[in-house]
Amino acid sequence: MNFLATIGRVFVAALADIGDVVRFAGRTLSHLVLPPFYFGLMWRQMLHIGYFSLPVVGLAAIFTGAALAQQIFVGSQRFNAEGTVAGIVVIAIVRELGPVLGGLMVAGRVSSAMAAELGTMRVTEQIDALTTLSTDPYKYLVVPRLVAAVLTLPILVIVANIIGVFGGFLIGTQKLGFNVANYLQITVDFLEASDITSSLVKAAMFGFIIAIMGSYHGYNSSGGAQGVGRATTNAVVSAFILILLSNLIITVNVFGT
Amino acid sequence: MSQHAKICLEGLQKGFGSKIVLDGIDLEVMAGESLVVIGGSGSGKSVMIKCILGLLKPEAGRILVDGEDIVNATPGKRKRMLRRFGMLFQGSALFDSLKVWENVAFGLIQGQHLGRLEAKKIALEKLARVGLPADVGELSPAELSGGMQKRVGLARAIAAEPEIIFFDEPTTGLDPIMADVINDLIVECVRDLGATTITITHDMSSVRKIADKAAMLYNGKIIWHGPRDEIDHSGNEYVDQFIHGRAEGPIRMDVLKP
Repeated sequence: MNFLATIGRVFVAALADIGDVVRFAGRTLSHLVLPPFYFGLMWRQMLHIGYFSLPVVGLAAIFTGAALAQQIFVGSQRFNAEGTVAGIVVIAIVRELGPVLGGLMVAGRVSSAMAAELGTMRVTEQIDALTTLSTDPYKYLVVPRLVAAVLTLPILVIVANIIGVFGGFLIGTQKLGFNVANYLQITVDFLEASDITSSLVKAAMFGFIIAIMGSYHGYNSSGGAQGVGRATTNAVVSAFILILLSNLIITVNVFGT
Repeated sequence: MSQHAKICLEGLQKGFGSKIVLDGIDLEVMAGESLVVIGGSGSGKSVMIKCILGLLKPEAGRILVDGEDIVNATPGKRKRMLRRFGMLFQGSALFDSLKVWENVAFGLIQGQHLGRLEAKKIALEKLARVGLPADVGELSPAELSGGMQKRVGLARAIAAEPEIIFFDEPTTGLDPIMADVINDLIVECVRDLGATTITITHDMSSVRKIADKAAMLYNGKIIWHGPRDEIDHSGNEYVDQFIHGRAEGPIRMDVLKP
């Protein structure tokens, strides 16, 4: 009986947490359409999320693209299909690895920073101070981060896709002996508009998840430095899991054909 | 001093889970009056102020400001009400990402929609009012000492010249001299503005300097309320124990002894 009670308690607590996150996201979205709009803060967040994440996302993409080309070459050799390397690399990068790797790298970098910043503001009463100064903390703190993440992630993922494909191209042409023109031609032939759409839709969704998880855990943190640390960890872990889960759902249900 | 209640709490109740923090608070603060609320740590003083500010929602009771109930006010009405309030937080709660002058001008820019130049001019005036030179305005809060942060917090609280100001432990963590400086500044600024104030503190020197009236919160209730000069002769053994800082008395601290 105790075991069942424990399962029940965990289940109810999980449902309550999900409800809180959904309510937080709903409240943030409701503030999205009503003024005032803090464009300066949005721009600053876009720089922080997008521009300053470029090195880490770019490096992850180029290494992964290069390694992917090498692995596909080894695998495809077993049934004499080496010519598919360029095509598989571009599809794997654009449809899957570019958005997922970009999302995970940005989640690690940005969700944690958001949770730490907002968490510190919460425990030092800065969020309360905003309210007493006639400023809605959702509009001032959460909405700019959400807008910036949703707009910036697709741009970041396009760059990651290009760099990832370039990584495969480098290995393919410099090490594996593919002809440059052929490799590029196959890459272009294999790539379809739906691949790019899939990539951008996933990226925008991942941006939403990163901003909501980082903001939610930071905004609701409590318990001093330890609470901020817990919020940061929870933000990153929950963002990672939700990115991978939503990627699966989008891939299977929306772009699975 | 006009004689109508600026702030009136009626049967205010607030709890967290099974813990009841405010258990039916009744309290009146007259216009232009300075009320200091004393009480032990965790007695609910900050919770009471946060309920008035709308940062926490009470479970029962009414909070009247100039006779208007603000507990169930619409967001628009609450926002208008907040423009009449100023607040000095215990840890100052300055925004790390902004310069000192931007902190002071924040309510003027966001709440009253003043231009940055005009708001900066007022912010520097308020910084001067609390004894800080203009060049401090260009620093970030992290570059200031605790006493300077309190003074910036005070400048921010009075920047919009509010009718009602709350001070949450204004002298906590400061040395006695700086604490006295802050107390003097509070008295002067409040007198200049003619504001109604509620201060919460453990510091008896603050009570004696700032208060017109004092109240003591214990076990979620106001157990004594009266003029400052009567606090030493309140006839209330809880108040006596608190103001003399005695371990022995009716207030028992839960301390595990080896």
